[in-house]
Amino acid sequence: MTVTTETEAPTPEQPEAGEQPEKRPPFMVLFGRYLTEANSVMVTIYSLLLAFLLGAVLLIVSDEHVRGTWSYFFSRPTDALEASWEVVSNAYVSLFEGAILNFHTLDRMAAGNADVGDLLRPISETLTYTTPLIFTGLAVGLAFRAGLFNIGAQGQLVFGMLGALIVGFGLDLPAIVHIPLAVVAGAVAGAAFGSVPGVLKATTGAHEVISSIMLNNIAALFLVWAIGTGFLHSATRSELVTKPVDDSAIMPGILAPIDDDLRVNYSLVIGAAAAVFVWWLLSKSTFGYRIRAVGFNQHASATAGMSIGRTYVTTMGAAGALAGLAGAALALGVGSGGITTNTALEYGFDGITVALLGRANPGGIVAAALLFGALKAGALSAQPDVPVDMSTLLQATIVLFIAAPALVKALLRLRAPRGGLVTLEAKGW
Amino acid sequence: MRLELKGLTKKFGSFTADDDIDLVVEPGQIHAVLGENGAGKSTLMNMLYGILKPTSGEILIDGEPVAFSGPGDAIAAGIGMVHQHFKLVGPFSVADNVQLGREHTRGAGVLSARAARQAVRDVSEQYGLRLDPDAICEDLPVGVQQRVEIVKALSGPSTELLILDEPTAVLTPAEISELLDIMRSLAESGTSILFISHKLKEVQAVADTVTVIRRGKVVAELEPTASETEMASAMVGREVTLTVDKAPAEPGEPRLEIEGLMVVDEAGVKALDGLDLTVRAGEIVGLAGVEGNGQTELARAVLGLVRPDAGTIAIDGRRADRTSPAQRIERGLGYIPEDRARDGLITEFTVAENIVLNQYREAPYAKNGVVDAAAVRKRAEDSIAEFDIRTQGPAEPAASLSGGNQQKVVIAREFSRPRRVLVAAQPTRGVDVGATEFIHSRLVTERDTGTAVLLISSELDEIYALADRIAVIYNGRIVGEVGPETPREVIGRLMVGAEAPSTEAESADIEAFDAESPASGGTASGGTAAEGPDEETNGGDRDH
Repeated sequence: MTVTTETEAPTPEQPEAGEQPEKRPPFMVLFGRYLTEANSVMVTIYSLLLAFLLGAVLLIVSDEHVRGTWSYFFSRPTDALEASWEVVSNAYVSLFEGAILNFHTLDRMAAGNADVGDLLRPISETLTYTTPLIFTGLAVGLAFRAGLFNIGAQGQLVFGMLGALIVGFGLDLPAIVHIPLAVVAGAVAGAAFGSVPGVLKATTGAHEVISSIMLNNIAALFLVWAIGTGFLHSATRSELVTKPVDDSAIMPGILAPIDDDLRVNYSLVIGAAAAVFVWWLLSKSTFGYRIRAVGFNQHASATAGMSIGRTYVTTMGAAGALAGLAGAALALGVGSGGITTNTALEYGFDGITVALLGRANPGGIVAAALLFGALKAGALSAQPDVPVDMSTLLQATIVLFIAAPALVKALLRLRAPRGGLVTLEAKGW
Repeated sequence: MRLELKGLTKKFGSFTADDDIDLVVEPGQIHAVLGENGAGKSTLMNMLYGILKPTSGEILIDGEPVAFSGPGDAIAAGIGMVHQHFKLVGPFSVADNVQLGREHTRGAGVLSARAARQAVRDVSEQYGLRLDPDAICEDLPVGVQQRVEIVKALSGPSTELLILDEPTAVLTPAEISELLDIMRSLAESGTSILFISHKLKEVQAVADTVTVIRRGKVVAELEPTASETEMASAMVGREVTLTVDKAPAEPGEPRLEIEGLMVVDEAGVKALDGLDLTVRAGEIVGLAGVEGNGQTELARAVLGLVRPDAGTIAIDGRRADRTSPAQRIERGLGYIPEDRARDGLITEFTVAENIVLNQYREAPYAKNGVVDAAAVRKRAEDSIAEFDIRTQGPAEPAASLSGGNQQKVVIAREFSRPRRVLVAAQPTRGVDVGATEFIHSRLVTERDTGTAVLLISSELDEIYALADRIAVIYNGRIVGEVGPETPREVIGRLMVGAEAPSTEAESADIEAFDAESPASGGTASGGTAAEGPDEETNGGDRDH
């Protein structure tokens, strides 16, 4: 998947790119123009707003009481409007409280019933959900840049999780060595599994989308089988859960000094570092240059002497390593519990939407992962006031709008940006 | 139809693409519009076809002003357009493509295949354009696909004016001469034709009148009898020398040796069938041939993108056929690919990134796997100056450069490292006169520094202008190696496999096309060596 530009026929009111304007209009005019233009930043912002708007409509429609008030809208419109406002604002306020800051905690703190740990809990939860999404988003985004659609992040994550787990309980080492080793094991296992579709594509031409979807199934079933084996299965529990990693392999919490309950751990820091590294790799290194070249035009890259097959294998390996790090974050982050078939959730698949939303740029991916992490944490904590599906629904609508910039442009009557609308598309798919 | 443009102007912001264009196309006239890439030809045609709205000025059809809000209006007014890049649905049949957008139905949305076929046959017969309505478009040769486009354009409700935008860019010589015949007979039957081109020879051969556009302005109205130098100079805005100055070649040791090269394509057809060819240091060998006779496979095999099924390739006396493209590039193989947009450039990359595309890993452009952006930019700035690349700077995306300047980027890249062998495939395709002149002189300079140059071109003019020796390829084999003084007819016959009787008709076409052009010596891409006395002597000296 790559970022492509659809050039539109220029229209007179839209100045051509490349010409030098004679005098520069004042800043506020330029800023206003920017706000009303369908450039990629504004389309993203408007997509978020539109998604929340659509979410509001659905909240109103799905609430029985509010529907009732709308039935006599023409006799007493204020009833309907008030009820609607209440349900929508309650829902979004609870999402915010669950994801960022709970105002009630402030009140309780003033009364002495809560501490700083309680105040930080929503943020901690958001960042906990964000961490694996950064890795899987990068795993999908990096592959996008080489023109590869890595659907297989979920499977790579599963193998990374198992790799980190095995090193995590299998070796007896001091934490200073044990943790890094377990993290590296996760990355290596993910890279090994991730490079399989790359090798298949390079040697046989098998499309990576097909092979990585199939490998996801293999990984999911392998996980179920592996957890049940004597090697991994918990010695003390009867349900499908693995042994826990040793205490020396548990990733320490960043905010643990404040409160042991705050789950966010140093995997987040590794994630941020990975994002910086991927940015550096793509923009500064020869490897990244080759990834971008192959992603844009493999024919010209081959003509210039680059090996396309090798690029596919190494890129998929690197993507797999990133997804494997997500798995390591989960394995080392669950603490004294073991891994279940549920631990991986859908982080690998969510990585696809995160990469899309972040437009395959590391900075964008981190921002998108934060947003999705916040939605997830908010939705989980706002239950049962807000249906938990609300978060999925918002994610889906946001991506829908982002994927269709022309729709956003038409809905909001935005002006065409210089150089055309930017859309994401998968090459050869 | 009489078409008149009065003061037609198109502005994009403060940039004026077309400035006060006046132009008249009389009924049954072939009116050529000449101009370099970016001169405003396409903008003009897009206004005429309703794709763009003029900023000012008017379009008159038979004296009546018209305003088009889309191509539909233009078609309704009797204007048909054949785009440079065909707009055909590949897997559809000819009849389905022709009826696209105005399908023949039996009412209630049920397609009538019979009516569609009949409509194609009617137009085919009326204008003498042979077409099988049931053929699948993507299986047809390019020349026939273009005929489909023409029939499609003529199938409008009342098409009386046909716009042909660079129609010969993708055609073989035989297809070109056929197209020119079609244009003539269309004009005879009363259809007006607006012919956009920058190939002077074709313009001379077919046009009734010529309008030259430069930087959005009409700069000259010429008769087709005007000399090519006159037309080229008007297009470029300065004196243009169409002949390439070059001293006699001094061939040295063999640098590129190809023996018994065999490449079997996926369909099991032998694209190259035991090809032998040697190129020596300090000479340009021109490979002439009708496209599709193995030129593409030869170039790709020499670079290493296809693995030969038999035969050997040696670069600089060392076997190279088991090495990777990167290794051959390292050994000093330069390569100008025939399809610039596909193989030559990464259009999303900047000019600078493109210039180092095959050197990005080497010092000084990279150290320890890290690209040195400053060194890359410095290098790009040097190349931009040396090769006169018209760009806003090293950071401009290659996509926004004109075709000629894009090609200069490719050439700057290939000429930037020490070379032993250069393979130049169609180096001036889609490139305007000014850039062609430049590229030709660089190729000769390249030869003079001792590089072995293999020039693959489907344009005989280019071969004659540059080659010290001409090899003719037919059906994957070299069927003749001749000196540059060899007459066109001889090479034309070799190009179509002279000994095969079934191809005599095609051979006649090529000769006919050459005979039709009133040009005496100068051509679009260079002087014909056969007629230049200097060239002739040179050629004689070199003809071993």
